[in-house]
Amino acid sequence: MDASDHLYRREAGRMVATLTRIFGVHNIALAEDVVHDAFCRALEVWKFRGIPENPSAWLMASAKNRALDVLRRERTALRYAPELGRLLDSEWTLRPTLDEAFEPHAIKDDQLRMMFSCCNPRLAENAQIALILQLLCGFSIREVAAAYLIGFAAAEKRISRAKKVLAASEGLFEIADAADFTVRLAAVQRALYLLFNEGYHGASPESPVRADLCREAMRLAALLLGHPLAATQATHALYALMCFNAARLMGRVDALGDLISLADQDRSLWDRRLIDQGQRQLELAATGAAVSEYHIEAALAAVHTCAPSAGATNWAEIVELYDALLRMRSSPVVELNRAIAIAQVDGPERGLVELHAIAGSEKLASYPFYSAALGDLELRCGRGNSAREHFRNALSLARSPMERRFLERRVAACTAAADPP
Amino acid sequence: MSEFLYLYRGGANRADRTPAENEASLKEWVTWLTDLGQKGHIKDPGQPLEDSGKVVSGKAKTITDGPYAEAKDLIGGYTIVEATDIEQAAQLAGGCPIFQIGGAVEIRPVIKM
Repeated sequence: MDASDHLYRREAGRMVATLTRIFGVHNIALAEDVVHDAFCRALEVWKFRGIPENPSAWLMASAKNRALDVLRRERTALRYAPELGRLLDSEWTLRPTLDEAFEPHAIKDDQLRMMFSCCNPRLAENAQIALILQLLCGFSIREVAAAYLIGFAAAEKRISRAKKVLAASEGLFEIADAADFTVRLAAVQRALYLLFNEGYHGASPESPVRADLCREAMRLAALLLGHPLAATQATHALYALMCFNAARLMGRVDALGDLISLADQDRSLWDRRLIDQGQRQLELAATGAAVSEYHIEAALAAVHTCAPSAGATNWAEIVELYDALLRMRSSPVVELNRAIAIAQVDGPERGLVELHAIAGSEKLASYPFYSAALGDLELRCGRGNSAREHFRNALSLARSPMERRFLERRVAACTAAADPP
Repeated sequence: MSEFLYLYRGGANRADRTPAENEASLKEWVTWLTDLGQKGHIKDPGQPLEDSGKVVSGKAKTITDGPYAEAKDLIGGYTIVEATDIEQAAQLAGGCPIFQIGGAVEIRPVIKM
């Protein structure tokens, strides 16, 4: 268990979601206060009396009691969730209503409602994710700021704006009777996809992989899988993709915390259990006609993950999958990866032609791994001097100490393989 | 063995710290008190106290909100320990995690006949 996997991370989101349902979305700040308070009080008592066997149940009970206090004390002062309004008014119905709201299945549904509510189309994607991290994953503003490499003030502004939008909405998103369910589900899938990627490819200066972000994305994606309407083929494909990538998380970093390229990873470190789970999810994803970007990306990850070595990978299939992906979404980074795969199939000279064909892309100009790919292929063609130039250029674009050290090693490799005089 | 009351005073406000810091501190407290218990020093592990309360005073028995001590003096909880003498009680208090956050442990011998 790493330090980020603490009780608050695991429990706060569940508690906030359920209390927001009871208090109403306009009282989200009250829900957060009650959760924070319940948490602090529980911890104070546990200091003296010891940690109970089931802290999660203890916390939920404590949140429920605090909610009862608030509802009794401020029954007239505040307007609560309109759909529960009457039931909360009378002492006769108050307790049974709360008992029902704190049933495990109800708590799960509330987390889903909250997740869909955070992906409000009026919010930019990065604001949706920041909101998910804070409300569903128990991230503090400081932790959101660290996850997105932005300052504390910027993160605070982003979250408070997003919360205002959320609080001004009519209520939590109702999954069962929403006309725009399909559209909103796509937004939720996208947010979880981006959250996972931030953990997997993120440019955090401290760590090349943020396993905690990947874990949160998977936890929330698993909630989608647990709901009959939300468990679409695309959701299965997305979950499969996360499984395949998460399986390789531990192999991507060496003992010093540096990135290892795919070709050099020790594949015995990959998590078999997650790979198997990914395969099962991919099969479930393929039960219908729908093919999403997640299907293609999961298939790509499956080919890599199931290959015994980089050399024994089915690169021709990879090229085909990238072609399919490009037909759905044009992206310079996808084109870059496709060119690298082509070099594996048809040789480095052919790969270089493909790379130069996408050179004009503005997005790639500042992307260190475009120059690094040029360097790799030049090196494989035996042109060490040219390769070194490209790696030096890549080094000047490096975004983190890890990338810098990775590229420094590539520059050094060129010196060993310098051009014949 | 004699009994001693530990009064925990002050220390950083728990609301100012992150959940992860609070949880780390919880584990240290549990470790410390469990260890004292296993060595037979705990009479009553005690309880935490709310920050606010009431004070009743004077012949008129006036009730006021209070105690309004300065944060560093506020009693946050208590424990009753057993030790051979006050020196040992003081030495045992040295392991309390409260010192890391600027708090103090006040040790008061319980008077027995």
